[in-house]
Amino acid sequence: MTMPGAGRRAPGTARENARAARRPALAVWKFASCDGCQLSLLSCEDELLALTGRVDIAYFLEASRAAVGGPYDVSLVEGSITTAHDAERIKRVRRASRFLVTIGACATAGGIQALRNFKNVKDFLQAVYAKPEYIDTLAASTPISAHVKVDFELQGCPINKAQLLEVLSAYLAGRPPGIRNHSVCVECKRRGTVCVMVAQGTPCLGPVTHAGCEAICPAYRRGCYGCYGPMESPNTASLSGRWRYLGVPEAAIARAYRTVNTNAEAFRKAAEALEARGAGGAGEAGPGGGESRAG
Amino acid sequence: MPDPRPRTLRALPVEGLDALLQALRRRGYRTVGPTLRDGAIVYDEITSAADLPAGWTDVQDGGTYRLARRGDGAYFGYAVGPHSWKRFLFPAATRLWRARRAGDAFAVETGQEEPPRYAFVGVRACELHAIAVQDRVFLQGPHVDATYRARREQAFIIAVNCGQAGGTCFCVSMKTGPRAAAGFDLALTEILEGGRHEFIVETGTERGADVLRDVPHWGPPADAPDAIDRTVARAAAQMGRTMDTADIKELLYRNLGHPRWDHVAARCLTCANCTMVCPTCFCSSVEDTTDLTGEHAERWRRWDSCFTMDFSYIHGGNVRNSAKSRYRQWMTHKLATWIDQFGTSGCVGCGRCITWCPVGIDITEEVRAIRESETATVRQDSRPKEQGDA
Repeated sequence: MTMPGAGRRAPGTARENARAARRPALAVWKFASCDGCQLSLLSCEDELLALTGRVDIAYFLEASRAAVGGPYDVSLVEGSITTAHDAERIKRVRRASRFLVTIGACATAGGIQALRNFKNVKDFLQAVYAKPEYIDTLAASTPISAHVKVDFELQGCPINKAQLLEVLSAYLAGRPPGIRNHSVCVECKRRGTVCVMVAQGTPCLGPVTHAGCEAICPAYRRGCYGCYGPMESPNTASLSGRWRYLGVPEAAIARAYRTVNTNAEAFRKAAEALEARGAGGAGEAGPGGGESRAG
Repeated sequence: MPDPRPRTLRALPVEGLDALLQALRRRGYRTVGPTLRDGAIVYDEITSAADLPAGWTDVQDGGTYRLARRGDGAYFGYAVGPHSWKRFLFPAATRLWRARRAGDAFAVETGQEEPPRYAFVGVRACELHAIAVQDRVFLQGPHVDATYRARREQAFIIAVNCGQAGGTCFCVSMKTGPRAAAGFDLALTEILEGGRHEFIVETGTERGADVLRDVPHWGPPADAPDAIDRTVARAAAQMGRTMDTADIKELLYRNLGHPRWDHVAARCLTCANCTMVCPTCFCSSVEDTTDLTGEHAERWRRWDSCFTMDFSYIHGGNVRNSAKSRYRQWMTHKLATWIDQFGTSGCVGCGRCITWCPVGIDITEEVRAIRESETATVRQDSRPKEQGDA
């Protein structure tokens, strides 16, 4: 992919002058979300000064009430679209942004709140709110890419601050960000973690999950929860088959896919296949789903 | 590389094992060997013989690994685990260089630190072969890899002849074990027979003989050659897997369109675990990075895999989009095109790819399925045999 970054300007002194004259304007936007991903930006304590030296933080309400109007060179968008009002607002954000990056599972897949997509949202309103008539919400929680063109998606719940800095550094240098889309397993093996599924029989979503967290959970002898969403070529049917072999009930396997990335296509289809199997008895989870080789 | 010298056999009491480690540490080696961690026998720094997993073994099969008590005090009574020596000779992440902006140009600074002097303790025969395979890749081609060479040339190797094979071992099929034939400074055989527990140590190099001089040892037991033979014969009889390698290159070349590739692709997670644990897989990616200031750049090399999409990405897209094409690429490279490329098989029969595949895909079973379908086709003179899951 191409990153139309500030680094494309003329080299040397002219470049330095251009940088001094106008730093790229950065905006951070919140939609339906918990604020955890934009907090990752504030958590970059050691790098914040370097960042503010390279960009003008023009709009970032979690950090400052001083909001500068657009247009913005880079917009970081957190959260999903859950209201008609936000569906309009994201279009205005897009118009005001040259380069739009979505950050986190809510913005890239719809978030945990997308669990509503598979139920009747009115039932939730009745169950949760004393006065449901005050709530104005859409039937589904959808990712930003369902509404506007997105230039780069950074997965994770929450995102990894080192990856966020990599995306911003790449933008500033005019290079593609070094964000890989392979499995969490590669991160486990690089750091020398013993596989929890093979050595403990602990169910783990690592083989179908996007890298980026540096494989934290298996390092603490826990299975991967899939916080970073589907990897580039997830074979959920085969992994579900292995979980079944490890003794995990069908409904529990389905629930494992139904967390913060429940609306990501691969995880949604995996859960639906398992639920159909559960409902229909001997249904099909997909190719290879029921035939993990007994150890 | 160490100089070969005539082999001599000596006896080493079990207490001598720690003296051997200390002799190496006094010489400035970082001693690395098998040790218990997180439910497995991994390779990590060991400072004394007490760090070795004495009395433990492993139970391995496709996609499963469990530790178990042996019932004796064997120091090396297990097969290979999730780690290989690759992680020390060819680190998972290496900074190749770093650079700083200097006016309109940039100045390259050395990025690599002085590599540690490793002494590897407990290197199995299959692993010696794996190191020899990587030597061909990194040292014997037109481009010598400086990172690998710096670690490899200094490494002191204590091999161990296997007296216990694992459930996924097939070194006998690959003719790589269980006896260490070459490529070591010292080779140990742990003799555990009746009440007898001692080591027979074989010197492979002058450097090995020099270290041994600092360790209490004595003349070999009268039955030394036979005791070694008995020990490795026991392991050879325990192989958990076999692979018929006859004509294997042509077998795979004839069957690039075999339906078995679809069958294995349905199970393959494309997670890359098999390539990460393989002691001969050498693929890596080189990634450049810059920091926020734009004043610093670094070039890193990291383990990569033919199972990732980016690895076979070229202008316009990925040349191996399907799991089928990626598994076929890996297996045919390992067992067939490797022979064309380097003159040996890329597989040493260690069984790691079988054990550490989360869904237990078995390379020996895949070869067998393709081979048997051919003989079935010839025998029945009709359609290929249906590919069932063994």
